[in-house]
Amino acid sequence: MALDGPKTSGFTAVGTTPNRPDGLDKVTGRAKFGADAQAPGMLHAAIVRSPHAHARIVSIDTSKAEALKGVKTVVTRADFTTGLKGENWNILENVMAGDTALYDGHAVAAVAAISPLIARDAIKLVEVEYQVLPHVTNVDAAMAQDAPIIREGAANKSVPAGLHPNVVRYHESGHGDVDKGFAAADLVIEDHFTTEATHQGYIEPHACLAQLGGDGKGELWCCTQGHWNVQKICAALVGIETSQLRVTASEIGGGFGGKTVVFIEPVALALSRKANRPVKLVMNRSEVFRASGPTSSTSMDVKIGMKNDGTITAASGTFRLQGGAFPGAPMEFTAMCAFAPYALENVRQVGYDVMTNRPKQAAYRAPGSPMAAFAVESVIDELCKELGLDPIQTRLKNASHEGTKASFGPKFDKIGLVETLEAAKAHPHFTAPLGENQGRGVSCGFWFNHSGETSVTLALSEDGSAQIVVGTPDIGGSRASMALMAAEELGIPYENIRCTIADTASLGYNEVSHGSRVTYASGLATIAAARDAVKRLCGRAAAKWGIDEEAVVWEDGCAKPSGPNAGDFDPLPLAEITRTMGATGGPINGHFEATPEGAGVSFATHIVDAEVDPETGKTSIVRYTVVQDAGKAIHPAYVEGQFQGGAAQGIGWALNEEYIYGEDGRLQNDLFLDYRIPVASDLPMIDTVIVEVPNPGHPYGVRGVGETSICPPLAAIANAVSAAAGVRLHDLPMSPPRIRAALDAQKDG
Amino acid sequence: MVEVNLWSGLRALAGGQDKVEIEANTVGEVLAGLVAKYPGLQDAIDAGVSVAVDGRIIAFGLTEEVKPDSEVYLLQRLKGG
Repeated sequence: MALDGPKTSGFTAVGTTPNRPDGLDKVTGRAKFGADAQAPGMLHAAIVRSPHAHARIVSIDTSKAEALKGVKTVVTRADFTTGLKGENWNILENVMAGDTALYDGHAVAAVAAISPLIARDAIKLVEVEYQVLPHVTNVDAAMAQDAPIIREGAANKSVPAGLHPNVVRYHESGHGDVDKGFAAADLVIEDHFTTEATHQGYIEPHACLAQLGGDGKGELWCCTQGHWNVQKICAALVGIETSQLRVTASEIGGGFGGKTVVFIEPVALALSRKANRPVKLVMNRSEVFRASGPTSSTSMDVKIGMKNDGTITAASGTFRLQGGAFPGAPMEFTAMCAFAPYALENVRQVGYDVMTNRPKQAAYRAPGSPMAAFAVESVIDELCKELGLDPIQTRLKNASHEGTKASFGPKFDKIGLVETLEAAKAHPHFTAPLGENQGRGVSCGFWFNHSGETSVTLALSEDGSAQIVVGTPDIGGSRASMALMAAEELGIPYENIRCTIADTASLGYNEVSHGSRVTYASGLATIAAARDAVKRLCGRAAAKWGIDEEAVVWEDGCAKPSGPNAGDFDPLPLAEITRTMGATGGPINGHFEATPEGAGVSFATHIVDAEVDPETGKTSIVRYTVVQDAGKAIHPAYVEGQFQGGAAQGIGWALNEEYIYGEDGRLQNDLFLDYRIPVASDLPMIDTVIVEVPNPGHPYGVRGVGETSICPPLAAIANAVSAAAGVRLHDLPMSPPRIRAALDAQKDG
Repeated sequence: MVEVNLWSGLRALAGGQDKVEIEANTVGEVLAGLVAKYPGLQDAIDAGVSVAVDGRIIAFGLTEEVKPDSEVYLLQRLKGG
């Protein structure tokens, strides 16, 4: 789609805040989520999971389970395709273990029965003989020379010689001469930081209903962020043609990246094929924690040199991420995002992807970036404090802007970091007085954003209303944004437009709803499809008036002659054209299929006030302000919701959330009772400031907003807590015991 | 000829260089040219790369235009959550 530059003014629908179209369904219980799918003759499934962190599977005896009344079938790895390679092999190995159980909770078999209760009873009758192997769950321990090897030969060619086989990928980038830069600094600080794995914590557990016949044709209903991806992967894992599997995405109760992959869907399909019945499979919360994908845990070293005036002279970072028992920890994003907010002459970043006996990590909002910001922005905070510098002024002095050579290589296009810093500096929060035991923290954050393959159809009805069909599951109110953009182009009311998420048989390919791409890419496609429809509407008007199509313009929902020379005709409203469209050339639709490549990167600046109880170590977040560049806010209330959601999840990640493993390598806190996510009473009202620096790659200037908001919180909160406690916190979560320990250590000197 | 910047981790696979010159008019030709000149880069490119052309990060588009004076960076394939 060729762009003449984003439209920046004169909006009528865009920028308003109507109710979301799915709101009533969701608050009245009408919305259908993954576990709501039903089919006649449906069976219920349950999965046998490894109780060991690392064990060779000696044998699996399913005979007792199969003999239980009501059990219809059992599957093991033998019921899946063989000969897969690359990531498909990794996914299959994760979905159903082969020779070895690689983590606590790894699937080893599954049962389908006539009731959920019988299925759960039956899995206890599946006899698995294990040979327990040494395990490792900590990223640094997994890199040590004496660490048990998770899988020989998993490393790719990027890994330098001499590293442990658990190091499977390596990244190095940067420019300039960091040694020279550090030598030019007045102060150099180097520090070590760690973060624990956290879960996306979506409300809705993974759920699906599968139906697959012996003829290789199937249907699948599931909660997912991307059903074309589910279709592709599942078809490969059960060995059928992609086009023979129709996948429908349900409403989704949160994803945050954790539903961009598959965990149970291929298992349900394999059971269905074997039983010749539909099979429903729903994870419980414990299974979600143990066997879906949390984010990586990290071990990081960051070194930054600064002049007395605040100029950064050099920066380097080493980022070690464990991604569970498979390659894929997003260490390259950690490395590339780490120093992106700053214009640096000398910078170097190194990343290690490390395997451990933990579940296969999955994406979590801006995968890898929040941890990087935690380490980097903590060191900048330390430097500012040592040198007596203002934290926002120092960041402004070094801020990346249009034309800056990014720390990861290319020059930035138009970006809005400086604008977020200026807005934060001007916000009353930044200069408000603090109370006793309170501290203030500031941080910047960066995320790339993504584009991806996108198809959209827009169909006009005889009554002048419109339906948009998109293929990107709505994970953040995107149907409202699509309807607003179509309303803007067509000139009809928002309420007259219905946006639907199509299944895989009803629309062309769509990439997953990830990378903050939906409002950007599906939005761009919706605008283009609407313009396509408008072109046809103008054509019908031209035909009616007997003038050239080029002599007709579309304004305020009507076809009009482009000027006096085009003729004197009354404006022709959309509904008048569509009322007779069947007789004037047929239905009027608009289409767009492409891979737009202009997703603009995004920056944010957060300000946080924290209060630490020195007796108990408990932290309360007392004030929080998010300032972020949205490019253009299509539905400002939902943009604010994304900002606040990122901050809320960041508060949990920073203060309480963590995967806790025992000496036996088993997860000890696999329920929300023990895995402490923030609840409403843990959160302050989160203030938001929407900065709008238009993205040149979108017709209205949209940038993705869903992920950048989780990049600064870990660091901003750590800086606030460290200021309140009077001691630097290096390890997340900053739970009360950790803060007490830091205070005690400081007291003991 | 287009100057293509590689991330430092690829140096070992490209004869010790992190800047290489390729005859190319499109992103697809850049990638094909890199593999033709340095077969060791095949795996990294197959694993997924994005290409930044004059600051615009192209995740998929092999037909996107590249000019002789374009700033071209090879990046690891971007994805998100």
